[in-house]
Amino acid sequence: MKRLAAIVLTTFGLATLFVANAALSITGAGATFPYPMYSKWFDEYHKKDANIEINYQSIGSGGGIRQVTEGTVDFGASDGPMNDDQLKAYQDKHGFPVLHFPTVLGADVPTYNIPGVTQELNFTQDAIAGIFLGKITKWNDPAITGANKGVNLPANDIIVVHRAEGSGTTYIWTDYLSKISEEWKNKVGKGTSVKWPVGLGGQGNEGVSGLVKQTPNSLGYVELIYAIQNKMPYGKVRNSSGAFIKADLASVTAAAAGAAKNMPDDFRVSITDAPGKTAYPISSFTWLLIPSKFSDASKRDALKGFVKWMLADGQNDTEALAYARLPKEVIAKEMKALDRIQ
Amino acid sequence: MTMNGQLRWRKLVSNFMLTMTGVCALVSVSVLFFILGYLVYNGGASINWNFFTKLPAPVGETGGGMANAIVGSAKLLLLATLVGVPNGFFGAIYLAEFSGSKIAFVVRYAADLLNGTPSIIIGIFAYAILVHPFNHFSTYAGGFALGVMMIPITLRSTEEFLLGVPRALREGAMALGASKWKTIATVIVPAAYRGILTAILLAFARVAGETAPLLFTALGNRYWSHGFNEPTASLPVMIYTYAISAYDDWHRQAWAAGLVLLALVLIINIIARSILARGISVPRS
Amino acid sequence: MAAPSTTVPSAGPVAGSRSFFSRLRDGDEIARLVTFLFAAWVVFLTLVIVFELWQSSVLPRHKFGFAFLRTSVWDPVFDQFGALPFIYGTLVTSAVALVIAVPFGIGAAIFLAELAPARVSDTLEFFIDLLAAVPSVIYGVLGIFIIVPAMRDFIEPWLKETLGFLPLFKGPAYGIGFLTAGMVLAIMVVPYIISVSREVLLSVPRDQREAALALGSTRWESTWKVVVPFARTGIMGSIFLALARALGETMAVTMVIGNTPLISASLFSPGDSIASVVASQFKEATGDLYTQSLVELGLVLFLLTFVLNGLARLLILLTSRRGAGTAHA
Repeated sequence: MKRLAAIVLTTFGLATLFVANAALSITGAGATFPYPMYSKWFDEYHKKDANIEINYQSIGSGGGIRQVTEGTVDFGASDGPMNDDQLKAYQDKHGFPVLHFPTVLGADVPTYNIPGVTQELNFTQDAIAGIFLGKITKWNDPAITGANKGVNLPANDIIVVHRAEGSGTTYIWTDYLSKISEEWKNKVGKGTSVKWPVGLGGQGNEGVSGLVKQTPNSLGYVELIYAIQNKMPYGKVRNSSGAFIKADLASVTAAAAGAAKNMPDDFRVSITDAPGKTAYPISSFTWLLIPSKFSDASKRDALKGFVKWMLADGQNDTEALAYARLPKEVIAKEMKALDRIQ
Repeated sequence: MTMNGQLRWRKLVSNFMLTMTGVCALVSVSVLFFILGYLVYNGGASINWNFFTKLPAPVGETGGGMANAIVGSAKLLLLATLVGVPNGFFGAIYLAEFSGSKIAFVVRYAADLLNGTPSIIIGIFAYAILVHPFNHFSTYAGGFALGVMMIPITLRSTEEFLLGVPRALREGAMALGASKWKTIATVIVPAAYRGILTAILLAFARVAGETAPLLFTALGNRYWSHGFNEPTASLPVMIYTYAISAYDDWHRQAWAAGLVLLALVLIINIIARSILARGISVPRS
Repeated sequence: MAAPSTTVPSAGPVAGSRSFFSRLRDGDEIARLVTFLFAAWVVFLTLVIVFELWQSSVLPRHKFGFAFLRTSVWDPVFDQFGALPFIYGTLVTSAVALVIAVPFGIGAAIFLAELAPARVSDTLEFFIDLLAAVPSVIYGVLGIFIIVPAMRDFIEPWLKETLGFLPLFKGPAYGIGFLTAGMVLAIMVVPYIISVSREVLLSVPRDQREAALALGSTRWESTWKVVVPFARTGIMGSIFLALARALGETMAVTMVIGNTPLISASLFSPGDSIASVVASQFKEATGDLYTQSLVELGLVLFLLTFVLNGLARLLILLTSRRGAGTAHA
């Protein structure tokens, strides 16, 4: 018995020694929206430089903002840019500002699971707002069938699925809803965490897609890649020019075209309901939240090195995962902005 | 109804109800086997070499494993044992051998309170004192949270077993001139060692499956966690994360991990209880 | 055979007359002090936890006061936080769990204590104890993949058809919600009811049963009308223990309850419990009021389980003392 205990303890001790090598470990947390992209990038970057391990935990944009403000992670990530109050809170706590760095462009898509319906559905602005406000309750409501002639929509109740926790994906979705529906804007508003009129809550993009996939007659919003990777149908959304647009690289890039030319210095911008005939209306940038001062120089240099790589080679990986690359103007501006990190 | 008729009815009712109780017992026990069977069926095939040796793959890709989660859980449990067991063990010695009844009452009450505290609260507490002030998530914080949960189980069970050691043994040792602490160390504790070991094993198995306190303390890690000062992956948290997603590959890994975790917990429980197989009932926490 | 040593192990009264430091040189006093520190640490730890919970929930207590417990709005955008939906969800899911688990648990305990031969009883009890050891995240996984579809496709529609006139069973059958969470909790707490009830039933003195049987009762009648009432307080205690466990359960509930702060009479509705909302929102609560409101929720839960655990211990103690008191000399 005693010998067994000794063997077990020694093995543990050796195991921890073995992994206690000199690699630099950086911890980040936040958005689930770009998680497939980030996990691929950090994996690639680690292969490039085995000494740098960037451990990213997808806990939701709300979590990214909170934890980077608390200082418990080295960087955060969010698809809802920090608002002025949150920026001020960060500044007050740390004494220096936190910076936003866009990484990719993505899209929120309405994904659904309707037994017997395999076609792509068209969603008008009224339909989406009505469903999420709880006013449109059945799939065969005229607001939906009107745009989907020829599709046999059942008379079943729509089960709305939203995010349970603080989410940038929610921010993008509610930002869009606030722009197209006055009622939504006054009743619910936009934010990473809102008081939903109806629906079930799922954890992360992962949880929402899981719920929709398993629950018949449900409708939820997820980032495009989650619907693709899980082979779930997602609908077209009507944009401000009246065309029903499907989310893809071209339509998301078109949505960012206007913002690219007029990008503010702090990179905080909303591109939902963007003008343009081919623009997908629920598109968004997603940002890394990086402190402007680091006490640990090696971490600072490692992160800056990653961002540089991400803006150059990293952008080549985006399209395979259905994220659109950043516009050239934005990349150039970000490269300059990197100098702001001390 | 005649007397005989009444009697027959009552007997019928009696047989029926007693059969129902048997059904209840059978259903309750079969749940355990159902759970095991389900995990073996769904997760058994995914327990392969990859699972034990590879790190998690990027999201959406297959072929990843849970090597870091297994080692992470081991490190967390090692810390938890170091935090919880000595505390419970020596505290129990105080209660059984030295203390007066008033202090004993207070300590036992506090231990029961601690035992009944929901694990998510322990998580909040560990976050407040070990994550927030130090500005990072760590294995230390997770191990501490789990260790705090081990204390009351270890304390109460060890105390019961120490008290169960016959007076004759104590008095014999004292009569031979041994001092109190020597009596405890060389006579009483060895006499109760079976029960104490069982208590430790049961406490260990209990925290091995805990997820909630780790969410805010050890967070998670896609890579190996170096030393104890970094966030770490752990089996229960990986199971949770993978199970609620929509990726089939992640589901398969979740079942496999669930099987490994359940097997670990059940084996420890079986070993612990068979140590006491001489018919002494195990005190329930 | 050694003669008794002349050194008397130090005892309290004698030791009191020596100074602290000279006492310390005595091995026994060191042992006493060291083990006392460990025991005191347990008390200290518990106090610190309560203190920490209290300290970290200052803001919402000042802003909302007791209204926190009565309000049902949970709105992070407009900084309005009320605990009512979560208290409701916690209580409802626990109630559902008990309604399902208590008949099963007591039934099984009766079988194990009264009917099964000793070896069968011990073996089955062994398996029941193993069931109690299954980690809650595994129950959650089973919940998602087995219980939720079963509820959604079979059980809830059936309940709607047969009992749909009751407000309890109205509304769409999502599969996730109060009923499902209660179901999963029931499976988790049944082992506690069984094992404690079995023990108290076994401790009922034989003469009680034999007296009833001698008077002509059937087996069932003697069990249900004599033995079980005798063990009543202990069984109540086991139910309280199960309840306390159900109240604090986090992972299994958060995976199947729907994560929506909603108060609804229907059991089919999604909802949320205190433990579940803290687990899902604590890491991302931005802003002090939000975070501290979650901590205050934790404080409420802590107090609930504190009261219930106390009641449970008291009841179990009462039964075992009573049983011992009336046993044959």
